[in-house]
Order: sequence, then C-alpha cells, then structure tokens
Amino acid sequence: MSFLSVDRVTRRFGPTLSLGEKIAARLGADVETRAVQAVNDVTLAVEKGRTLGLVGESGCGKSTLGRVIAGILAPSEGAVLLDGQPVMQGTNKVTTRVQTVFQDPFASLDPRMKVGEAVAEGPIAHGLTARAQAAEYVAGWFARVGLDPAWAERYPHQFSGGQRQRIAIARALAMQPDLLICDEPVASLDVSIQAQIINLFLDLRRDLGLTCVFISHDLSVVRHICDRMAVMYLGRIVEEGETGAVFDSPAHPYTRALLASVPELVLDGEELVRFAPIQGEVPSPYDPPAGCHYNPRCPFAQDRCRAEAPALRLLPNGRHAACHFAEELPAG
Amino acid sequence: MMLLRRFWAEFRENRIALAALVVVVLVSLLAVFAPLITPQNPYDMTGLSLMDARRPPGFVGSGGYTHLLGTDPQGRDLLSAILYGLRISIQIGLAAGLVALTIGATLGILAAYAGGRIEMLIMRVVDLQLSFPAILLALVLVALLGQGKAQLIGALVAAQYAYFARTAYGAATSERRKDYIEAARATPLAPSRVILRHLLPNCTPPLIVVATVQIANSISLEATLSFLGLGLPVTEPSLGMLISNGFPYMMSGRYWISVYPGVALIVLIVAINIVGDQIRDQFNPRLRK
Repeated sequence: MSFLSVDRVTRRFGPTLSLGEKIAARLGADVETRAVQAVNDVTLAVEKGRTLGLVGESGCGKSTLGRVIAGILAPSEGAVLLDGQPVMQGTNKVTTRVQTVFQDPFASLDPRMKVGEAVAEGPIAHGLTARAQAAEYVAGWFARVGLDPAWAERYPHQFSGGQRQRIAIARALAMQPDLLICDEPVASLDVSIQAQIINLFLDLRRDLGLTCVFISHDLSVVRHICDRMAVMYLGRIVEEGETGAVFDSPAHPYTRALLASVPELVLDGEELVRFAPIQGEVPSPYDPPAGCHYNPRCPFAQDRCRAEAPALRLLPNGRHAACHFAEELPAG
Repeated sequence: MMLLRRFWAEFRENRIALAALVVVVLVSLLAVFAPLITPQNPYDMTGLSLMDARRPPGFVGSGGYTHLLGTDPQGRDLLSAILYGLRISIQIGLAAGLVALTIGATLGILAAYAGGRIEMLIMRVVDLQLSFPAILLALVLVALLGQGKAQLIGALVAAQYAYFARTAYGAATSERRKDYIEAARATPLAPSRVILRHLLPNCTPPLIVVATVQIANSISLEATLSFLGLGLPVTEPSLGMLISNGFPYMMSGRYWISVYPGVALIVLIVAINIVGDQIRDQFNPRLRK
C-alpha cells in the first residue's frame, strides 16, 4: 500500500438552506438546492518521499482535494489513508502527521498572536516540545526557514509576504509532519520572492525527507519540483503520471490544451508571445456535461464521449488517463 | 502595548472625544468618592429634615451648609443626591454592561463557531428579542423580579445581551472563514483553544465599541425604569427617581429638582457616547484618513 492513498474520495458542497429558503424552494421559487461535486470519485497514491503536483484551472477542485487530504474537510464519500491510518474520523482530524501551508500568508497567520507563539502552540499542545523548551524549539525552526530567531516576539503585520510564508512553513514543519500539503504556497508572492520560497521548500524537503502534495496552477513550478503530477478537470482526475512524461507527451486532450495555453516567449522569431487559450468556457459545476466532462471543449469528442464517462485507466506507457481515445489521439 | 500607545495617540487628536473622556473620568471619580465629597448622606433618612424640602439653590439649611443645587421634596441636598445617584447609575450600568458582554459574546461566538442547529437556536432567540424594544422586556422583568440592585442588573442584562450576541456573531462569522482559523483547526488544536486564543481576540474591537455604547444605554434604561417607579427603593433614589420626584414641581417654578439630575444624566450619557463613537471610528479602517 502506498504511503498516502486517496481512496475514491468525493466531496460535495450542498447549499445550507434556511427554513425560509426551504419553504420558498417548495413553493417553486428560484432557490439553488443542488449540490456541487467539487471532487468526484478521486483515487490517488503518493509514495513516501515523493512530491505530487496537483494542477488544473480555477474551480477544478484541486484546493478542495488538498483540504480533504489535509484533514480540513471531511470527504463526503471515500477515505484518505496515511500509512494505512485514516486522516479523519467523522469531521475530526485525528493525526498531526499531515500539515498544510496555505496560499495567502497574510490570511493564514493570526494577526493578534506573536509569530513565535503561533509556531509553538501546536507542538506544545501535542507534546512535541515542553513549554519550558518552546522558545528554543521555535528558534530552531526559525533558523531552519531562514528567519532571525529574535523575531519570534513580533506580530505578523511586521513581516513581508515572503517572511510570513517562511513563518507559515515553520509553523507547519514544527509539527514534524510526514506529509506536507502546499496549497499554492507561492501564488500570492512577488515573482522575485517565489524562487526563494521554492528553493527553501526544496531544501527542506530533501533534509527532512518530506512527502508532499503541491497544489498549483503554475505549470512551470510544478515541472520544476514535482515527481508526479495529476491534472484535474471539474472535480475529476483526467491524467496522472511522471511529471516529465506528462509534459513531453500529454495523453489527455485537456492536458494538451492546458500545456499549450502556457504563454511562451519566442525570442528569435517575430512573435514575442505565443499561446493557445483553451476553447470555450468551463461548464457550470452545478450542471456538468454528461459523459466526459471535457467533451464540449474537446476537439476529438465523439458520440461515446457524450454518453459514457471515461474511467482513469492505465495506458501502456505507464500513464493514467481518463480518455476513451487516449491511444488513438493524433500526435502533437 | 505598542498598538495601545498608537491607539491613544490617535484618540488624543480628537479634542471633543478627549474632553468627553475627561468628563467621563471626572464624573466617575466624583461618583466613586461621593461619600468623601458630599456634605450629606442622602440615604440616611434620619439626617433629612422636611423643613429643608424643595429649597432653591444657594439655600442655607438646618445643617448649616449651603445647598448649592437646592433640595428635593424630602429635604435632601440635591448635589449629594446627584453624586450618590451617579454612583448607583454607573455601578449598575457597568455591571449590567459587563455581564451582558460576557453572556452575549459567549453565545454569539459559540453560535458562529458551532454552526448548524446550535447557531439556529441561539440566533433565532436573539433575533426574536431584538425585534421588540429592550425597555419592554426590562419593564416586564423588573415588574416580575421586584426591586433591588441585583434584580435591576438581571433585567438590564436580559434586555441587552442580544446586542452583544449579534455583534459577536457577526464578527466571529467573518473571522471564522479566514485561513488562520482553518490553519489552527488543521493543526489540529482543541476547539476551546481555537475559540479562546484565536477567534475571541480577533472579535474584540467591535465588542469594545458596542460595550461602551451599551453601558450608556444601561444607564439611561435604568434611569427610565427608575423614573417609571420600577427601579431601586425610594429610600435610595437614583438619577431617574430624582427626576421623577421633581416632576410634579416643574410647573410651579421649582425646576432644579428635576433639571439638575437630568443635566447630570445627559452629560454622562453624551460623554460616554462621544467616547464610544471615537473608539468605533478608530476601529473602522474605512473611516481612516
């Protein structure tokens, strides 16, 4: 069994209707009563020490899947197992071995708590350090993420975005996790800071032997740091495989379109920027198309695609893809 | 500490608010030290003489001292009675405000954190209560519970906790959605710790604002109840009752019995409200220059 296994996880978000809204809906008023399937029957596995990249457009469910793996959201169906142990029981997280680094370091730190205390409170609560040694313990992690340990007495508003993200990383790592979920950890940072944080992340991953799930919409970052990657579209995984192989020969039409949509500078030609936006709009998640969710936008769609949802299956080249015609697609 | 200093520096810039704060502090000190300042203990019935009743300001009574603000229908020195009245008003207003703050904030934050049925139950009761006037509930409760300080505070708390619950609920629901709460829950930390160390401190600014305004409201509610004869016993007149006592004499030229306690009440309430407004403006980033 894999170190992390995501077993047929589905997560729905139903509208929470008040009594009045329920009555209005009964009387035929226009009240949204449908649920959204943010994550739809996803099965994944990550080996120990490996990093899985989770990519897709906004709203594809990658953050929701990350939160389910992290034990923040309970799955509606299915289970997440870490080393064979469930991450959640009911709606309660029952392990400290999974920790999360959030996207926005301006929101993920309590503005009224000194950063040293924010790093120390989890380890103290779970007995990873004694209260008397907490300051030393925190100083160790501050040094590890490249912060001056003397800054532990400051408040979050006294730090820059990059420094805050270092604090957030220290807070997650101080819990001594085996699995780190990074939910777009560099998306809200300046480009010049992004590289620093990515490098810090790579160093820490190597030194601590971390297993990671790295959620991003930045394909170049994923290519740089992930061993494997999974591509999501409207709640389903459409392709999964070795990062390099997926980039070199995408097996799913959506992956192809996603990779082609990355802007590219062509320096020696006339064109300075070239990219091919994906045709059409993402369908409403309330009412996803029948069959393959990608069929309205897919240039290769056939009748079968409009009727039957393709399962994620193993292709001869070791790739997993959810496409009926993955082997028959024209090259390129 | 640094935040507090910055807050004070900004507060000081508003001269009117600063003056109001001085008034509040001054009146509070006068009220606290009333027994040391006043020439007479107005609650000691044996020290009162009906010969001195309803005398105008400046009258020298049987006690041998000048009644600066005149005397009331029982022969009390009005200045003494006002200071003692302020003492009671501030005591009751503060006690009722703080107890209502504690209960209301607890309920509001609990409702926001727990969600679901608990939220539904708490907030519907609060909404129901906010839909009719606080004074009505206070009147009914005082009538049911009887006279006395504790009963009066109880009635005021019951009438006012809903405002705190609403405010705390509003602040907590918006804070609750933020990442730092999610991060704390995902560590995982115990719910009690998430609520007390993370949610509560971030909900305090609006609660402080409402608390200032509600303390002023408790004082005026108490005065209203006393004016209607439902507050404290007649032997210990609070400001409302002093006003009520002088009311029949207003038209016969003995204005001072009602007017001076009324002025004292208004000055206190207006001053607290100005201070409260300034605190609210300082906490509201959209009003920042």
